[in-house]
Amino acid sequence: MTAAAHPPEEAYQPVFVGERRAELDDLFTKYPTKQACLLPALWMVQDARGWISPEGINEVAQVLELTPAYVRGVITFYTMYHTHPVGRYFIQVCTTSPCGLCGAEETLAAILRETGCLELGATSPDGRFTVVEAECLGACGFATPILVNNDFIESVTPDRVADILRGYV
Amino acid sequence: MGFPHPSDPRETVVLSQYFGDPGARTYQGWVERGGYQALKKALGMGPEEVINEVKASGLRGRGGAGFPTGLKWSFMPKGDGRPHYLVCNADESEPGTFKDREIMRWTPHALIEGCACGAYAIGAETCYIYIRGEFTEPWTIMSLAVKEAYANGVLGADAMGSGKRIDIVLHRGAGAYICGEETAMLNSLEGRRGNPRVKPPFPAVAGAFAQPTTVNNVETLAAVPHILNRGAAWYQSLCRGNPKSTGTKLFSVCGHVQRPGNYEITLGTPFSELYDMFGGVPEGRTLKAVIPGGSSVPILTADEMMNTVLDYEGVIASGSMLGSAGMIVMDNTTDIVYQVMRLTKFYAHESCAQCTQCREGTGWTSRILQRMLSGQGSEADLDLLLDLADNMTGTTICVLSDSCAAPVVSGIKKFRSEFEAYITRARQPALIAV
Repeated sequence: MTAAAHPPEEAYQPVFVGERRAELDDLFTKYPTKQACLLPALWMVQDARGWISPEGINEVAQVLELTPAYVRGVITFYTMYHTHPVGRYFIQVCTTSPCGLCGAEETLAAILRETGCLELGATSPDGRFTVVEAECLGACGFATPILVNNDFIESVTPDRVADILRGYV
Repeated sequence: MGFPHPSDPRETVVLSQYFGDPGARTYQGWVERGGYQALKKALGMGPEEVINEVKASGLRGRGGAGFPTGLKWSFMPKGDGRPHYLVCNADESEPGTFKDREIMRWTPHALIEGCACGAYAIGAETCYIYIRGEFTEPWTIMSLAVKEAYANGVLGADAMGSGKRIDIVLHRGAGAYICGEETAMLNSLEGRRGNPRVKPPFPAVAGAFAQPTTVNNVETLAAVPHILNRGAAWYQSLCRGNPKSTGTKLFSVCGHVQRPGNYEITLGTPFSELYDMFGGVPEGRTLKAVIPGGSSVPILTADEMMNTVLDYEGVIASGSMLGSAGMIVMDNTTDIVYQVMRLTKFYAHESCAQCTQCREGTGWTSRILQRMLSGQGSEADLDLLLDLADNMTGTTICVLSDSCAAPVVSGIKKFRSEFEAYITRARQPALIAV
């Protein structure tokens, strides 16, 4: 990530204040180390801001007494943390083998087409959608499952795509 | 039951009895269905007694390895004065497997009860349930259920009035298949990258936060209350002649099938019987191959599969493994080369990259297969793939590398002509877009 591609937020507002700070303090009582709260703290930042900015990383590092480099190292291991802004609706489509056998590729193509996202990982021109392939969403009997932000939708076929997307404006 | 389909009379419904019944989700609903009796009973027994009961039942780990659960619990030190932890593996990510998701969605209190029984047995005050990040619905349902369990005194400083502290903490993953490997999960829980650890030390010696820890799968823990309620002898009796594989197991059936879903059957049931239950492959097609234990186990041909007995030993005898019992069914329209490539692509994406054989092996295996599919294969490729697979088996910290090699070796062995056909047709225009 370069500073030029992602200019710092104008005036970074800390995430861990008020209720969220209290929530974090409560988390500290559930684990023997502060470091163990890293994944939950990163989720809190992403839930609040939609992505985890360099300033967000600094704040998490500071509240957990870690270094920003360490936090960044952990973030990059996992696929679900966004280190750059994404569309309002982040869509993950399962295309792993069992869903692949049941037509996931066609569903993915329909989603890319209907959202106006030109390619995987790109955000649609209206800023509404970002679409990515996900590896096994763990619902193989309900092919093809997709995740739209936190909404888990089962048995998505190409003909259902337009209808589903209408619910996300 | 064959959720989302009606139950089949040939199923033995224990864990899945309330799948599809939203009334079972609440604390009140669970108690009305006999819930929390087993925990009450357990708290009245000595921890050692609970372990012995589970040992006697023959319950084996349902996550994939099939290790005897009571024996695993008995490895935990006693009277050592250190904190102990139970970690419940709810990171279900094995392609073809979707049973833990249904347990959490429909019967969250069954899992809480199982976790509490397990924690008590191994002397742990805290149980972490590590739920994969993508399981948003199970997370919401489990969160509500845990809150209810605290509000009703099931959990907390005085669990069910026993004077024992039992806490359950839900921990959300963030997208990493490898965190289903138990030591990777412990690293992730501690706020680290999810790299598997070198064993020994095993978790029972130094697990979460370097303390004695047991890691159990969701389905394993959910079975414990039934064993305590109805007795080890009852569980032992759920068996079709092989006393090493007892109890019921949820089989996740997916791919080219008429009725995908979870089917709960007694271990030892012939595959042919399960095949009837899910209605076989779509009309007009024939069965070609099955991956019987989640994507990490060798592929079986239709003939091999139809003669397989579904228990730990039976699937090994057929040349594969029961694993997580996620059944990926493929009919005669399946391009095996493409499917093997797709599986290796999955492992290449999910490799944590700390071992060379895995980091390089998964990537190159996938790329060679993609090249073959694009019409650029050569005679030497099959030997090269098998050589790579050989180097990837038994040489790494965890078995992700072995899991990637399994479909390649079994695929080439059993469907060699399909691979050769791609090579023979090589240098013609691309046959398939990859």
